[in-house]
Amino acid sequence: MFGYLSRRVLATIPVMLLVALFVFSLLYIAPGDPAAIIAGDQATPEDVDRIRASLGLDRPFLVRFFEWLWHVLQGDLGTSIFTNLPVTHLIAQRVEPTLSLTLCTLIVSVALAVPLGVVAAARVGTWIDRCVMAFSVLGFSVPVFVLAYVLIITFSIELEWLPVQGYRPFREGAWEWLRHLILPSMALGTVYIALIARITRASMLDVLTHDYIRTAQAKGLSSNAVLTGHALKNAAVPIMTIIGIGIALLIGGAIVTETVFALPGIGRLTVDAILRRDYPVIQGVILMFSAIYVIINLAVDLSYMFFDPRIRY
Amino acid sequence: MSAISVSAAPKPVASTWQFVKDAFRRHPTAIVGAAVLILMALIAIFAPWLGTVDPQAVSPIKRLKPPSAAFWFGSDMLGRDVYSRVLYGTRVSLSIGVAVALFSTAVGLAIGLATGFIRWVDAIVMRIMDGLMSIPPVLLAIALMALTRASIGNVILAITLAEVPRVVRLVRSLVLTLREQPYVEAAVAAGTTLPRILVRHILPNTVAPLLVQATYVCASAMITEAILSFIGAGTPPNIPSWGNIMAESRSMIQIAPALLLFPGLFLSLTVLAVNLLGDGMRDALDPRLARRM
Repeated sequence: MFGYLSRRVLATIPVMLLVALFVFSLLYIAPGDPAAIIAGDQATPEDVDRIRASLGLDRPFLVRFFEWLWHVLQGDLGTSIFTNLPVTHLIAQRVEPTLSLTLCTLIVSVALAVPLGVVAAARVGTWIDRCVMAFSVLGFSVPVFVLAYVLIITFSIELEWLPVQGYRPFREGAWEWLRHLILPSMALGTVYIALIARITRASMLDVLTHDYIRTAQAKGLSSNAVLTGHALKNAAVPIMTIIGIGIALLIGGAIVTETVFALPGIGRLTVDAILRRDYPVIQGVILMFSAIYVIINLAVDLSYMFFDPRIRY
Repeated sequence: MSAISVSAAPKPVASTWQFVKDAFRRHPTAIVGAAVLILMALIAIFAPWLGTVDPQAVSPIKRLKPPSAAFWFGSDMLGRDVYSRVLYGTRVSLSIGVAVALFSTAVGLAIGLATGFIRWVDAIVMRIMDGLMSIPPVLLAIALMALTRASIGNVILAITLAEVPRVVRLVRSLVLTLREQPYVEAAVAAGTTLPRILVRHILPNTVAPLLVQATYVCASAMITEAILSFIGAGTPPNIPSWGNIMAESRSMIQIAPALLLFPGLFLSLTVLAVNLLGDGMRDALDPRLARRM
């Protein structure tokens, strides 16, 4: 068991190094002079030189990369060109809205999607199943910001039930905090729910054909006990995998959702950084999101040991 | 066998119609998807002749008009005709979707074939793909766009790079299974050269799954393009793409929600059509899986 654990943990190190190398070399891959592009159209040659020096573009690639990596390992993601503040500081300021949004969405989505998939599989071919599948195809097809505007127009502008935009910190009251997160979470969660429900249904249908399910039914277990105790636990590995992979959708979607609902989170920071071509910030955010993505998928991998003890090779 | 096929052979006159009817009965959603896509393609091609005006024509006195006989979808804050802009936007979304699907399939196929057959390439390339796949695709495309000047070509390039790793994964897994097949072993034993094995024995067997994958890539590329344009890092603002139209109308949501709804509706419909077509093709390829997915 410790062998598997340590192998999986160690395997993430080269992946993260590659991500770091890639994020760093983006500056060099891009066509044209990155310093000139970042400086913008109205920049003087001095501005361009200043940016080139501050990005270290005047020094050799590998020297610069290891220097940068050394700083990153010490928790220093560089300094924003636009605000002159440390990138880690900018990110820390904006963590709360993004964390609130993604955690709310994650919890609600998994709590809704897994039962939906299980019911669809248990009632395969009925109208319940058809509804879940139709919802799943629709969920894949309506982009997050389109859905977000439909929700705003319906629930905020027409019905006036929920706020149009904005964020309230948790310490100013849990109810206001939650009220501002309902629509963003619904918009962000739909595609995630669609994905998880679809895989849950497929995985359950696969498991339900096995002999041990018939045995469990034959010995008189209630269908609920068979579904949750026997089938769902055995169907869990693909479901956990897709929950982990789907985090990429949540991260990409959070950037858009924060823009639509004016949430002052890391997504908003990213969009502002893109518009100002504040490259150190973009680099830092991508590296951080990728690290989170890798760590979550590592945790998912390790969870397989719980759902399927055979995996402890 | 021959007796059955002779007696069941449809009359030549009715065959085309019969074929369409059969296809519709077996995969109704896929046919609806295909029909919507054909409609969208026709709109894209014939946009200038469908009662549209210049999508860039600014007319300050006709700002923010609600949908009417003159402005079918209303007019935006610069007095531009939203109907014309949305119709011309079809061109951008469809061409980016199709281009990304083609390029990423071609590149993914080439890399996937190489990794499946050449061991040292496999070791290096798959590590790079693992690294690329650890960056959420939308973020990867955003990062690439942040460093290049906005143009449709760069949008296609950025989204293609974000989509390629998944295609490589698929092709590689196909090749790894296919190369263990007896007929490939037989070809190797007979002294067939590697390029010939690839073209004659491997390639034909990857076409069907790749076609399905390509439709999903196309759907995902259209959404990513809209997201990039929406946050201001995609198609240049002077080209009316659905994402751009929605981005420009963002602040108008309380006054003129129709400005956002029409491009959103077109985008969702098109992506839905591509997804339905993809699901139908996947079911047709693997009927055993159809019940499950």
